[in-house]
Amino acid sequence: MAAVTDIKPPLSERPSPLGWARKYLFNSLGNSLLTIFSIWLIYTVGIGLLRWVFTQAEWQVIATNLRLILLGQYPIAQVWRIWLSLLLLAFLIGNSLAIWGKAGKTAKRFGAGLVAFPLLLALTAIGAESRGWLVGLSAMLILGWYLGRPATRTLRRVVAVGWFIWPPIFLILLRGTTPAEGVLPIVGTNLWGGLLLTFLLTVVGIVFSFPLGVFLALGRRSELRIVRWFSIGYIELIRGVPLISILFMAQLMLPLFLPAGITIDRVIRAMVGITLFSAAYLAENVRGGLQAIPKGQFEAAHAMGLNGLQTMSLIVLPQALRLVIPILVGQFIALFKDTALVAIVGLLDIVGIAKTVLAQPDFLGLQREVYAFVSLLYWVFSYAMSYVAQRLEISLGVGQR
Amino acid sequence: MKNSNKPIIVCRDVHKWFGDFHALRGIDMEVQQGEVIVIFGPSGSGKSTFIRTINRLEEHQRGDIIVDGIELSHDVRNIEKIREETGMVFQQFNLFPHLTVLQNITLAPMWVRKWDKAKAEEKAMELLTRVGIPEQAAKYPGQLSGGQQQRVAIARALAMEPKIMLFDEPTSALDPEMIKEVLDVMIELARSGMTMLVVTHEMGFARAVADRMFFFDKGEIVESGTPKELFASPKEQRTKLFLSQILHH
Ligand SMILES: Nc1ncnc2c1ncn2[C@@H]1O[C@H](COP(=O)(O)OP(=O)(O)OP(=O)(O)O)[C@@H](O)[C@H]1O
Ligand SMILES: [Mg+2]
Repeated sequence: MAAVTDIKPPLSERPSPLGWARKYLFNSLGNSLLTIFSIWLIYTVGIGLLRWVFTQAEWQVIATNLRLILLGQYPIAQVWRIWLSLLLLAFLIGNSLAIWGKAGKTAKRFGAGLVAFPLLLALTAIGAESRGWLVGLSAMLILGWYLGRPATRTLRRVVAVGWFIWPPIFLILLRGTTPAEGVLPIVGTNLWGGLLLTFLLTVVGIVFSFPLGVFLALGRRSELRIVRWFSIGYIELIRGVPLISILFMAQLMLPLFLPAGITIDRVIRAMVGITLFSAAYLAENVRGGLQAIPKGQFEAAHAMGLNGLQTMSLIVLPQALRLVIPILVGQFIALFKDTALVAIVGLLDIVGIAKTVLAQPDFLGLQREVYAFVSLLYWVFSYAMSYVAQRLEISLGVGQR
Repeated sequence: MKNSNKPIIVCRDVHKWFGDFHALRGIDMEVQQGEVIVIFGPSGSGKSTFIRTINRLEEHQRGDIIVDGIELSHDVRNIEKIREETGMVFQQFNLFPHLTVLQNITLAPMWVRKWDKAKAEEKAMELLTRVGIPEQAAKYPGQLSGGQQQRVAIARALAMEPKIMLFDEPTSALDPEMIKEVLDVMIELARSGMTMLVVTHEMGFARAVADRMFFFDKGEIVESGTPKELFASPKEQRTKLFLSQILHH
């Protein structure tokens, strides 16, 4: 192989800057004009944007309200609980990368990026205490990685269990268990806000709408008429209304179905609304995957004596879900952004917080700065999700048979 | 191996309609344990439909089908019992692409027969050796040739230790050079005493191991007999014509 790759392409084929430009930018009159126009457009917009970012924008509003934007009104004295959960999470991620990434090149590069990210954030203008926690996050990632490297079977099990118990631990830490004087005083959901709330709404939406959506997709194909009609009715009804109206109904109508005296709080109502909404779309996407499984797969499974449940869970669903992973990831990213609508029903997610910040007399007229920063936050996390998903798809061999 | 007292498969006056289309028009057949039956006939004559009624991949609408003493009815338990006793090999292999060869074979024994993993894997390796590809155990079906895939499919069906094996044109999706490797496995299986119903146009196979042959046309059995009888002196004009077509081309 080496001998072959060592032969250089003929001189005329070797790209010179001028040749490259001629080939890819100016290869015809029309394309040359298009290139020139695009350069002009990028230049004007870019210059304007850069000038604004560096000379005109008043970023002080972000620095002052950063904690509010990230965590809402979560009490300062209790923020350590969130950091602690994040430390555990970092440890789990380090562990998992070492175990399931087989300590390979991709896992290493990815892990290095994850370690670098908090360190970079620590360099920005934040308090000393946060800086300490951020360095701690990187340290836990590295620690998790080294402890995970033996990758034994027991270790795998422990880490898998870890992933299951992390969410409840996080929620318990977040909400607290004791009255005000205890170690873990209760922090009501009315104080959860900002990026934290946006994340919670997204994750809860994904975790609960996934099984619900799969059941609806199966229900839509069921031979039991009642189940099928219910599934079709549900899916078509939900898909026919905008999320915002579902959120309003969840706030206003959910209490009607509950016995008198029981109230559920507004955050949970929003979570229910988002879950019900997302499940209908997920069901349709999963149905697409189910339809792509050839009849022969069902027949082979039945012929060897597997019952309907086994056929679905062992043969059909694993293949169908693998087919639709890219679509589901897209749906989850969309869900992450759609949670912004809860601001309209009065919840203080990132957008809700942005509105309250802008309502303060000190920060009047700074919409541009605040919404630019909010958009940047959304973009960073959406892009990160889609990047991780792509890597995962490659390593899982999605789309290959 | 023939035990002429108690047939293992009994079909009496079996009818099947697809909508208004009458696909099976009164099929009668009795198969003894250990018999090798070859079913042949023109395309659309109902061969696949017939063998698929035996394990209820198609539902018949009139007549009786009794497999190993169990009557095929709407009772799901009977259907599952019959499916456990019959293995099936398809034209398109129908291996599970997301599972390795070994997992394809151990799946049903573990989930239906409730064997433990070690026992199922031991059996699987034994069968893979029998069909000649033990070294492929860890691969995925997509990495195998057609002939190898079909041999895995045979091993997978055998893993349930069935009493009856159904084959629906097992070699027609294969390139010519792979047909022999699959037929060899089937011939060995036939000689080991397995009860087999084989839809095929491989007349060499029929001549070598079939006990009886059935000629299907338009949803009916036109003629049946031993290979000798059918090849030497078919009684019906339709059989004669069809045989001469597939033997001389
Ligand atoms: N699911 C179905 N719905 C409607 N008609 C069907 C269905 N399956 C089979 N048929 C029809 O029943 C008849 C018998 O089909 P069958 O597949 O049993 O034929 P075959 O003898 O196996 O033919 P081939 O050699 O082409 O496989 C054909 O006319 C076919 O069009
Ligand atoms: Mg057929």
